[in-house]
Amino acid sequence: MAETTEPVSHYQQLYHDAESTLPGAGIDWVAERRRAAMARFAALGFPGARNEEWKYTSLRPIEKRDFALPKRAGHGLGAPDLAPYLFDEPATHRLVFVDGAFDADLSRIGQLPEGVTVQPLSTALEAGMESLAGHLGRYADPEGTPFVALNTALMSDGVFLHVPAGSTLEWPVHLLFVASEAIDGIGVHYRNVFVAGEGARITAIESFLGLGEATYWTNAVTEASAAQGAEIEVYKLQEEAPSAYHLATFEGYQGADSSVTHHNISLDGRLVRNDVNTALDAEGAYVSLNGLYLGDVRQHVDNHTRIEHLQPGCVSRELYKGILDGRSRGVFNGKVVVQPQAQQTDSDQQNRNLLLSRGAEVDPKPELEIFADDVSATHGATVGQLDEDALFFLRSRGLSQHQARNLLIFGFANEIIEAVKIEPIRARLEDRLVQRLPQSETEED
Amino acid sequence: MLSISNLHVGVDETPILSGIDLEVGPGEVHAIMGPNGSGKSTLAGALAGREGYETTEGSVTYDGEDLLAMAPEERAARGLFLAFQYPVEIPGVSNIYLLKSAVNAVRKHRGEEELDAMDLVSFIRDKMRLTGMDDQLLYRSVNEDFSGGEKKRNEMLQMAVLEPRLAILDETDSGLDIDALRTVADAVNQLRDGNRSFILITHYQRLLDYVVPDQVHVLYDGKIAKSGDANLPKELERTGYAWLTGSGEAEPESAAQEQ
Ligand SMILES: Nc1ncnc2c1ncn2[C@@H]1O[C@H](COP(=O)(O)OP(=O)(O)O)[C@@H](O)[C@H]1O
Ligand SMILES: [Mg+2]
Repeated sequence: MAETTEPVSHYQQLYHDAESTLPGAGIDWVAERRRAAMARFAALGFPGARNEEWKYTSLRPIEKRDFALPKRAGHGLGAPDLAPYLFDEPATHRLVFVDGAFDADLSRIGQLPEGVTVQPLSTALEAGMESLAGHLGRYADPEGTPFVALNTALMSDGVFLHVPAGSTLEWPVHLLFVASEAIDGIGVHYRNVFVAGEGARITAIESFLGLGEATYWTNAVTEASAAQGAEIEVYKLQEEAPSAYHLATFEGYQGADSSVTHHNISLDGRLVRNDVNTALDAEGAYVSLNGLYLGDVRQHVDNHTRIEHLQPGCVSRELYKGILDGRSRGVFNGKVVVQPQAQQTDSDQQNRNLLLSRGAEVDPKPELEIFADDVSATHGATVGQLDEDALFFLRSRGLSQHQARNLLIFGFANEIIEAVKIEPIRARLEDRLVQRLPQSETEED
Repeated sequence: MLSISNLHVGVDETPILSGIDLEVGPGEVHAIMGPNGSGKSTLAGALAGREGYETTEGSVTYDGEDLLAMAPEERAARGLFLAFQYPVEIPGVSNIYLLKSAVNAVRKHRGEEELDAMDLVSFIRDKMRLTGMDDQLLYRSVNEDFSGGEKKRNEMLQMAVLEPRLAILDETDSGLDIDALRTVADAVNQLRDGNRSFILITHYQRLLDYVVPDQVHVLYDGKIAKSGDANLPKELERTGYAWLTGSGEAEPESAAQEQ
């Protein structure tokens, strides 16, 4: 076991102090999983620069801060504050979390079909739900990475979403994780568990939203299991505060002929790291990973993905696009593993990056590990600038320099936006993107 | 309307155009021919404001104003249009969006009221008839996966919606089958009026059978080597360009008329 470092002992202390009040403290299996996960985190510690997985992303700023657990204090946010971030069309089952805790007043779970569970995780843990026990930590294994371990030890809330075999949840579930002005110095550990039984369908929107200027840390974990023929579609929309640290892990586990589509849209935050992983563990499973990451000023955004082809005849599609401006730094690491028995795998991975300034940088790294012989696996990674010919073409059609620039940037991002099937999310995304585009009309004129 | 005087243009210190003189009056159609590499696209690009072209000598005035001092978008707003020899693909931007943005950008620049979405679409559809373009191409990304002919028709559509006062077509006819060629010619002929001027850069006489030019110029090695009337292309068809390189063949005589 590694020497206990100062940041590790800080979190051990946090856990020790909060152990008896964390949701599910009175439930044996919950308490036991937390305890084991904490021990695991203590053994792993924060990953250092020598850890290949964290080579380009330093966690020193998070280590140094000693983030506290959420306090049970009023946040002062009301429905009008959140109105711009909600979707009413289509209707959603909405769960709002503020500074680490479920807020019933701001939420509207609504009518649920028979047998379907949509519950705040805190409630499910307190109740020690049997159906949760079988899934929590099964796909996002605390034995694996330090942040899944820490999350398992300290998870305060999130959602438990269970759609059993044959059921469909017609509306999307909208999870809104809000960081208020009051969250400075806090680390929140959200945990979501999505379980789609045989043939079931789930659409979930995970919005992470920072409303103030606070410095805080989000350490979120979502685990999703799609049984045979099930479909899960996740839209993760990250709009944290500019000085926020955002670490998020998605772990998918897929049965035969299942489909998982994950949209990973990263717009804000000071330091962002996404791990998006899925295991294709039965024939005919399909996964599609779409990603769009924006960086500006000194933002650092790191996307690591891992697709594990464990069984024959599965299909994976991946497209991640980055737009980096200012002195921002992007990292893309896309691992595709094809195990020996995973014959007839069909896999394609593309990573494209657009650098808008001299100071911006990106490190794209596709990693294909192929152990089967009858496989179609393609990949590509590009880093480019705005096309001068295209800029001239647009200007020759009357568009100003900045209109032309913005249109090209928008066009670059559009491939990812077009994959968003829910119209209000797409509209919102377009809107956000336009706001984020460099040089507004008034600035340059 | 356009007056080019002793124009010298270089790229990266390499001289490409070395003393072009050309006067294009309102309503005139000028054809520019010449072998590959003679500087035709460079001239077109310099007129439209492509970056990286250094004017080392000479001037260009457009409606009496210094054209070379204007940004490309300003030239567009004042009615100058270039149909690209190699149309540019813009992934992720639909053709209709580009056309709408272009129309409104130019209107705004001219101090005219911008058109609303409905008016724009019907305006653009109107113009589409001129180009024989398939409707669905409006909703695809600009030129992405378009055939060669579709790309050229698309340039003609852009020309039609922008209603230029001076249109420069850089080899718009190259690589087109006869139907597409007719469409390009029809687009030009329909837009042709007493005021609108054209510079047609072409390799082939074919286009000039349909669009009869007022003057024809042969560009060679960065200079206008010969000018003539609408009969010059036929001569060129017969003689080729060998006479330009001084390899002894007869220079086209009958149609030639020194300016
Ligand atoms: N951007 C450029 N950089 C360097 N050389 C160029 C560039 N554009 C054109 N040239 C050169 O200038 C000459 C004229 O080219 P161009 O104007 O394209 O001829 P044309 O259109 O008549 O075929 C050629 O020798 C070409 O190689
Ligand atoms: Mg040319």
